[in-house]
Amino acid sequence: MSSEALMEYTVAHGRPKAFYERFERKDELQHQTHYCPGCGHGIVHKMLARAIDELGIQNQTILVGPVGCSVFTYYYFDVGNVQAAHGRAPAVATAIKRSRPQSMVISYQGDGDLSAIGSAEILHAANRGEHITVIFVNNAIYSMTGGQAAPTTLLGQKSTTTPQGRNAGREGYPLHVCELLATLEAPVYLERVGLGDNKQIAKASRAIRKALENQVKGFGFSLIEVLSPCPTIWKMSAVEAQRWVRDVMEKTYPLGVYRDRSKDAQSWSAPEEKPALQDIPKILGVAEANLPEGNAALIEHAGEIDLQVRIAGFGGQGVLLLGEILAEAGLDAGLEVSWLPSYGPEMRSGTSNCHVRLASQSIDSPLVTVPHVLVAMNEPSLRKFDLSVRPGGWVLYNGESFPVDCERPDVHVLARPFTHLADELGDARVSNMVMLGALLEISGVLPQTSVDDALHRLVRNPRWLALDQHALELGRTLAREAMQEACHEV
Amino acid sequence: MHKQLMKGNEAIVKSAILAGCRGFYGYPITPASEIAEAAAQYFPQTGGVFVQAESEVAAINMLYGAAAAGIRAMTASSGPGISLMQEGISYMAGAELPCVIADITRGGPGLGNIAAEQSDYHQVVKGGGHGNYRTIVLAPHSVQEMADLTELAFELADRYRNPVVVLADGFIGQMMEPVEFPPRALEHEPPPWAVTGTAATRRSLVNSLHLNSDELEAHVRDLETKYRRAEQQETRAEAWLTGDAEIVLVGYGIVGRILKAVTAEARAAGLKVGLLRPVTLYPFPVRSFQKLARHAQIFLVVEMSNGQLLEDVKLALNGARPVEFLGRGGGNVPTHEEVLRRVYQLAGRVIDANEPEGERLAHV
Repeated sequence: MSSEALMEYTVAHGRPKAFYERFERKDELQHQTHYCPGCGHGIVHKMLARAIDELGIQNQTILVGPVGCSVFTYYYFDVGNVQAAHGRAPAVATAIKRSRPQSMVISYQGDGDLSAIGSAEILHAANRGEHITVIFVNNAIYSMTGGQAAPTTLLGQKSTTTPQGRNAGREGYPLHVCELLATLEAPVYLERVGLGDNKQIAKASRAIRKALENQVKGFGFSLIEVLSPCPTIWKMSAVEAQRWVRDVMEKTYPLGVYRDRSKDAQSWSAPEEKPALQDIPKILGVAEANLPEGNAALIEHAGEIDLQVRIAGFGGQGVLLLGEILAEAGLDAGLEVSWLPSYGPEMRSGTSNCHVRLASQSIDSPLVTVPHVLVAMNEPSLRKFDLSVRPGGWVLYNGESFPVDCERPDVHVLARPFTHLADELGDARVSNMVMLGALLEISGVLPQTSVDDALHRLVRNPRWLALDQHALELGRTLAREAMQEACHEV
Repeated sequence: MHKQLMKGNEAIVKSAILAGCRGFYGYPITPASEIAEAAAQYFPQTGGVFVQAESEVAAINMLYGAAAAGIRAMTASSGPGISLMQEGISYMAGAELPCVIADITRGGPGLGNIAAEQSDYHQVVKGGGHGNYRTIVLAPHSVQEMADLTELAFELADRYRNPVVVLADGFIGQMMEPVEFPPRALEHEPPPWAVTGTAATRRSLVNSLHLNSDELEAHVRDLETKYRRAEQQETRAEAWLTGDAEIVLVGYGIVGRILKAVTAEARAAGLKVGLLRPVTLYPFPVRSFQKLARHAQIFLVVEMSNGQLLEDVKLALNGARPVEFLGRGGGNVPTHEEVLRRVYQLAGRVIDANEPEGERLAHV
């Protein structure tokens, strides 16, 4: 051809730009793909590459490759490539799209990958309506591993793991992915196409382009299932295999549109404005401005403090909150503190307990096994922890009378019907605060200002706050009386 | 008041966001669910992504996607969920993707129970997935360390392009202590290898497949070199009162706290006891152990498992000193008192060993 003739020559169907010129990531034969002659993947690749070209999204495209024959999509597509674990491509694609909303994310998967090991991932990505495009190539067999049965294998079809042919009684029925996903609300576009003849191929090409265009328009989840020939594993010629797609596969897997809401779909709005970096500590509530001043500067603690408390009762009695207010008040007063909920079988069975330490030195273990004070809000808790109380310590017990068999000569006891007393105050649910008042009075380590401030920080409702304050005062009075009695006895 | 009272599980989330983490992908499980709950609250508010995945398998693969897209991302789970994530962890180590995984351990095997155990040590520290890889593992023992080590975890994950696990137990996750955060949030720029959907990153490829055997061997050797570098540069341990210690107590996480109390009481009773607490479980602080072996006579490993950390301590000491073990399981915590009793027993042996003929102990 002369150079003049060349100038007149226009390329009608050249290599799409979304393909590499040479497949340099391949070890050898870099001018051709690794697919077998007559395989559908090459055709589907070309359709996808063309669609990327036509939509002008090559730079934005991120292709997630599967495990299976199309594991090497990154050899061919000149786009951002991420290779995923078997079946997980929709999960990988989900996070890529959410992380980079401006990117166009394609999950390319075969039938073993998508409909067997990855059945959960595709179902939930579709159900969440992820803004991704899925190309699902169905050839009714595991080809790369040598022809084992897939969920999509046809009834009667022989494979290396269904040597007698697939039997519904043994292996169940072929899985219809488009039909299955069409039961979900979220998907925007689901279509099954075939590569059975040129007419089908032309239609498949349009479907793939549309599925990708939906993403460009911000419409949501689209999936195209492509019935695709595998002459090698099916042990057919390329022509026979193509005919088998049309004459046999199609009977089990009818072609057609299973969902198309692209006309009514709302375009996905861009993610909201991100907050400025300097505002983040404040949003998290950890900025200087979020932190209370505290009363540590005003307080002088006399001597070394080490208060170890165990608080126990039924769930709903406010055991954990009692401990939390105690710890918060300790922190407010400039002490080292720890609060540790009991974490054991009790968690679900209705009893709860926590360990609280307040100390002037740093706290070694937050576990309190030998408490100075036990707050037992019910009898089972008393029986469980009574013997653990340190000699010379206190037991605050919520009950009319202290069980005789729990009495110990070496600990002080304050037994009162705290729930009843709280009820008289206005609500039985503040019994924990009455007991906290008593505990504070007995321990004497925390100033009232710190307790008040802690209470204000943790109890927002004004009605409860007022009630809690009354309850604390009642508890202090009860403890003062008990301590005076103890002095008189001595 | 510069500190605030907070649960360890909440501190992890806030520290992660301050460190520039903008993706959380998780699945609920006791005792780690507070992490997902706090993440659901704070990630969307701070310009991040929160997705509750359909399984831990999906969650870790979402992490793979987010990391591939150059985002600092994390997940959190507990034993059974971590088992399901091992596939994805192996892929991420293979593809050299950074991420942070919090494992708030519970009891096993199987459904076990929801009480705290330290029996995930093997699956986390030794790498429970397939192939030649390691994960970097940090073991906090306080709420403050939950915050500090989470930020460090993101740094190390990026520095080594590798998954980093924050291995904590239910106690450290659930307890509240005063905690202080840095007063600033970091911006994380996507690394150059990431796939971000731009012209500049179009040639980027995230992949763990190396079909050619020489290529895969070279890749694995590169990973090895990276791990050796981490072993040289990143080991951390806290040595407390070990200067003249004859008995060295060893434990991590909540056990480290109990051992501090035991050490203090044993010291008060005049016993030469110290504590060595590994903070990095991988890379393991081998040299800290070898250094102490020069003076210490015996090591006592205390764990809430049947002896998993124990193996690394024995390897580190390589027979130089005897290693004793006290383990509890099922959610039972070794009490201060039972460890102390064991220390007194050992002290008796150490005193015997200090007699001239007692040399035998040092060479067992």
